[in-house]
Amino acid sequence: MDIREIMIVIISAVLINNYVLQRFLGCCPYLGVSKQLETALGMGMAVTFVMAIASAFTWIVQHYILLPLDLIFLQTIAFILVIAALVQFVELVIRKSSPTLYQALGIYLPLITTNCAVLGVAVINIRAGYGFLLSLVNGTAAAIGFTLAIILMAGIRERIELSDVPPALRGVPIALITAGLLSLAFFGFAGMVK
Amino acid sequence: MRPIEDFSNGLFRENPTFRLILGMCPALAVTTAAINGLGMGLATTFVLVCSNTIISLLRKVIPEDIRIPAYIVVISSFVTVVQLVMQGFAPELYGILGIFVPLIVVNCIILARAEAFAGKYGVVRSAADGLGMGLGFTWALTLLGAVREVIGTGSLSNTYRLFLIPQFSLKIIRGFYDPALITILAPGAFITLGLMIGLMNLLTKHR
Repeated sequence: MDIREIMIVIISAVLINNYVLQRFLGCCPYLGVSKQLETALGMGMAVTFVMAIASAFTWIVQHYILLPLDLIFLQTIAFILVIAALVQFVELVIRKSSPTLYQALGIYLPLITTNCAVLGVAVINIRAGYGFLLSLVNGTAAAIGFTLAIILMAGIRERIELSDVPPALRGVPIALITAGLLSLAFFGFAGMVK
Repeated sequence: MRPIEDFSNGLFRENPTFRLILGMCPALAVTTAAINGLGMGLATTFVLVCSNTIISLLRKVIPEDIRIPAYIVVISSFVTVVQLVMQGFAPELYGILGIFVPLIVVNCIILARAEAFAGKYGVVRSAADGLGMGLGFTWALTLLGAVREVIGTGSLSNTYRLFLIPQFSLKIIRGFYDPALITILAPGAFITLGLMIGLMNLLTKHR
C-alpha cells in the first residue's frame, strides 16, 4: 500500500468525484439541511463519523460473512441493516458519552440512515475492489467532500436569503441552480490527477 | 372513491419530484436519457407498490418502536428482487443505472410513504398511493430525462416512440441544432431540474 495511491483516492473522493456534486449521492440532506451554516456543519460532522465507521463495517461484512457463505445476493439487505444498526449504536454512544456532541448532532443522526451517500460509498468500495484500509480512507474522504460541499452551499444560501429571487424560483429551485453552478466549479478539478 | 383520489394525489398535486422534493439523488443521477429515467421510475414504482402493500398488511403486527428497521427490511427485500430481475432480463439498463439500483432502498420517497401512508391506512388505499406516487415519479424522471437528452444531444434514443414523435422530426432538429452538452453532464442535472421545478411553480400558481 503506497502513500501515492491513498492520496489519489482522497483527492478523487473529495474534489474530483465529489459525492454530492458529481455523483449525486446524498442530495436529500444536501438540499434539506443546507439553509444555515451551523446546522450544515453539524450534519457534515455526523455524516463523516457514520460514513467512516460504515465503510469499515460493511467491508468486514462483505469479506468475512457474505463472500465465504456465498450470500452476495443479500448484499443490499445486509448493508442497509448494518448501517441502520450502526446509526442507532452511534446515537446511543454519543448520548451517553458526550451530551454536548449529542445536542449538536442528535437530530441529524436518524436522517443519516436514508442518506444514500452512506450506502453508496459502501457499495462503491466493494465494486472498486478496495482493500480494508482504502475503503476506510475512501469513506472518510467522501464524507469530507460531502461536508465541504454542504458548507459551501450553506454559506451561499445564507446570502441568497437576503437577495431578490423571482417568486417561482424561491427555495428549492434556486438551491438546485446554485448546486449546478458549484458542480460546474468542481469540474475544474477534473484534470488534477491522471 | 378514496383509492382513486389517493392514486391521483401522487401524480400531480403531491408529485414526489416536483412538489415534495423527495428522491432527488436518482432524479438527478440517472436522467441523462429519457429511457433511463423511465426504467428507474418503473423499478421504483414496483418497489413502492409492493412495499406499501406489505407494510400496510403488517401495520398492526409491527411494533411502534422498531418500525423503521422493519420497513427497511421489507423495502430492501423488494429492491433485491428488482436488482436480480433487472440483472437477468435487462442487463443493459442494469449497467447504466449501476449503483442506483441498490440505492432504491434509501430513496426517501419509499420510506416516507411507508411512514406517512402505508403504516396508517388499509391495503387498497396504500397500494393506490404507492402506484400514484411511483407513476408520478416515473413521469417526472422521464420528462426530465427527455429534456436533458434533447437539449444535450439533439436526439431522443429509443424513447421517441413512447411520445409518438416521428423520427424524421428529430433528424431535422439535429440538422441545424448544435447540442449543449452541459445538460447531460453533472451541473446540467441540477440546473435543469431547478428550472423545471421553477416552471412548475409558475404554471400551478395561476390555476
